[in-house]
Amino acid sequence: MDVILLQLLNGLDKGGAYALIALGLTLIFGTLGVVNFAHGALFMLGAFCAVSFHEILNIEMVAIDPEKTTAWGTPLEIRTPYVETYLGDFGHWMLNYSVPVSILLAIPVMLLVGFVMERGLIKHFYNRPHADQILVTFGLAIVLQEIIKTVFGANPIPQTAPQTVRGAADIGAALGFDPGVIVYPYWRMVYLGFAAAVIGAVFAFLKFTTFGMVVRAGMADRDTVGLLGINIERRFTIVFAIAAVVAGLAGVMYTPILPPDYHMGMDFLVLSFVVVVVGGMGSLPGAVAAGFLLGILQSFASMNEVKAILPGIDQIIIYLVAVVILLVRPRGLLGRKGVMES
Amino acid sequence: MSFIRKPLNRRSILRAGAMGGAALATPTIFTSKVWSQTYLNEPTGAEVTFGFNVPQTGAYADEGADELRAYQLAVKHLNGEGDGGMLNTFSSKALTGQGVNGKKVAFVTGDTQTKSDAARASAKRMIEKDGAIMITGGSSSGVAIAVQSLCQEAGVIFMAGLTHSNDTTGKDKRANGFRHFFNTEMSGAALAPVLKNAYGTDRKAYHLTADYTWGWSQEGSIKKYTEDMGWETVAAVRTPLGAGDFSQYITPVLNSGADVLVLNHYGKDMVNSLTQAVQFGLRDKQVNGKQFEIIVPLYSRLMAQGAGENVKGIFGSTNWHWSLQDEGSKAFVKSFGQEYGFPPSQAAHTCYVQAILYADAAQRAGSFMPSAVGESLEGFEFEGMGNGPTLYRAADHQCFKDVLVVKGKENPSSQFDLLEVVEVTPRAQVEYPADMLGGELGNFNNGV
Repeated sequence: MDVILLQLLNGLDKGGAYALIALGLTLIFGTLGVVNFAHGALFMLGAFCAVSFHEILNIEMVAIDPEKTTAWGTPLEIRTPYVETYLGDFGHWMLNYSVPVSILLAIPVMLLVGFVMERGLIKHFYNRPHADQILVTFGLAIVLQEIIKTVFGANPIPQTAPQTVRGAADIGAALGFDPGVIVYPYWRMVYLGFAAAVIGAVFAFLKFTTFGMVVRAGMADRDTVGLLGINIERRFTIVFAIAAVVAGLAGVMYTPILPPDYHMGMDFLVLSFVVVVVGGMGSLPGAVAAGFLLGILQSFASMNEVKAILPGIDQIIIYLVAVVILLVRPRGLLGRKGVMES
Repeated sequence: MSFIRKPLNRRSILRAGAMGGAALATPTIFTSKVWSQTYLNEPTGAEVTFGFNVPQTGAYADEGADELRAYQLAVKHLNGEGDGGMLNTFSSKALTGQGVNGKKVAFVTGDTQTKSDAARASAKRMIEKDGAIMITGGSSSGVAIAVQSLCQEAGVIFMAGLTHSNDTTGKDKRANGFRHFFNTEMSGAALAPVLKNAYGTDRKAYHLTADYTWGWSQEGSIKKYTEDMGWETVAAVRTPLGAGDFSQYITPVLNSGADVLVLNHYGKDMVNSLTQAVQFGLRDKQVNGKQFEIIVPLYSRLMAQGAGENVKGIFGSTNWHWSLQDEGSKAFVKSFGQEYGFPPSQAAHTCYVQAILYADAAQRAGSFMPSAVGESLEGFEFEGMGNGPTLYRAADHQCFKDVLVVKGKENPSSQFDLLEVVEVTPRAQVEYPADMLGGELGNFNNGV
């Protein structure tokens, strides 16, 4: 029972990341009809917003210790971050909370990135075949990756969660199990809550605002909304930027779980596309449901008991489930008729 | 009287023509490049070209960049530029900073991308197009084995870079291939006594292993040595390469009864699995009445930087560390640090040493012919290169030297000062019979 609970928790936080990326992918596909292979790169850019913010805070004042030298004979440098020198305790707090605070940097940066991407490149491919869209967005993802690698290097750059949420919670003790049987990192619980909040906010935005209503109408029938005199293209540009922000925020908050490197977006991209297809192309609830479902299934497939019966199942389970679901429900779990169908 | 004693006939004209032709052709036969070249890419001009095959893109690009820096430094020192680095401390005094065998050392580079196919293609290009006399470098065992095999077929010497699998100088060894870096067998032999002292003989270990040749080799060696000292292996779970999130593999450890987690991961996998294992509170746990411990059998400073403070107090092994205080290490760190502003990694060290060892062997042999260089390296004993007295064993072309056991430093003084050397395991303790790991060296191939 304890093992099942642990794997369920694992699946939920992994599913949270899948769902956030897939949500943005589906938003873009549902509104603009574009298959965006650069979406994983947006996740990675978000993560590097957190890295950049931390590095900005860590800009150091360099003093020379005249009495000491390095192992290679140059004078020893004593480095202290400016924020700690000039802001004291507040500076220290900023460094400690740099990951959650970097959301404030990530939102405008990702909005801008999304806007520039859509206006500068993607809009020229609206009426082109999906193959062209895939090629251009995949190429864009590689370019963004290489830029990040040039600036930050190829090695993962560790980011730490704030001190107060750095350890692991003994959930088992609270549920009546023996102490230490079910422990789970605080930050992963924070991430799960954050993913749920962002998903809720996106749905609420689309459901309860006039802007959201127009976007949903545009997703259902773009031509008719246009005939009503509404500039749907402008709204779709904003939707693209919102999708970029969602992916970026998912990346920011994931940095304490997975030290970011230039390739992290690609690692998530393929799985997120499977999530979108399983959930149903263009279906937002489908993307979220499939994200959590596949995350949980992946976790359970990694259990030693399961692998003892089906070796290697953990590496193929997601694709296996995708095949089965597409055979049984060709439009995915919650797919709509007419999407990506001639 | 007549000078022509016999009348000319067809046979005598043919005979005279053949003899005259042979006489005229004699000098060109002996000077012709085709006939005079006794081995592949024999240098004829004032320069000899080395081929540096390192990962310049992909996941190990940073390690590859450090390797390339070291090679460039080695070339400078071989050509008499800079402060000479470890040439000043190397026990062999054959090299004098005048190049090698009177030829200035030049180099070409290739990008392995840490992919076997790409690495073979770039090595092939350097041999066939750029005329590289030897190939060296790399950051992966899979790549090293693939390139070593190519160099054997082509007929050039391969001086392996960072490759830790037993197979490189075990079942996949080749006559033209030489490895200075240590292997998983040596890691196991060096780590076991330190682990025994630190954690005792009654431990239950759980292995998470990268599912490829190096991971299997590492797991096998650590299991062998820890079980020999009384530890029990509870489980050994294979994880896909580049899994990213290892949480689903870590959570079963919590209730497995294990009190030690061995992470047979390298590079990004190690950074991620260690970070996540610490996040799951494994290091704060008490199991079987003992403190739960994590072990990373193969450490590198670049990986330790990626894992940050999670490496604190965690044991592992390494080929070399910049904090060593022997004269060779100090000379290399000074030279590298002054050139680039930071200390070298173990990958940089092994690559620098390999380039110097190759040059020295060629100088002593008086030739770049692979068989001559190889024979010069076989059984070669040297000092002053940072690892104490070292032997290039003739039977498997593996270097035998002291192995370092390191631990993540509790209070690092800089971003480079992450590991502390807790034990220098003597060479005798990590030696093993040459036939233990299988494989056949075969014969040297000179390429013509």
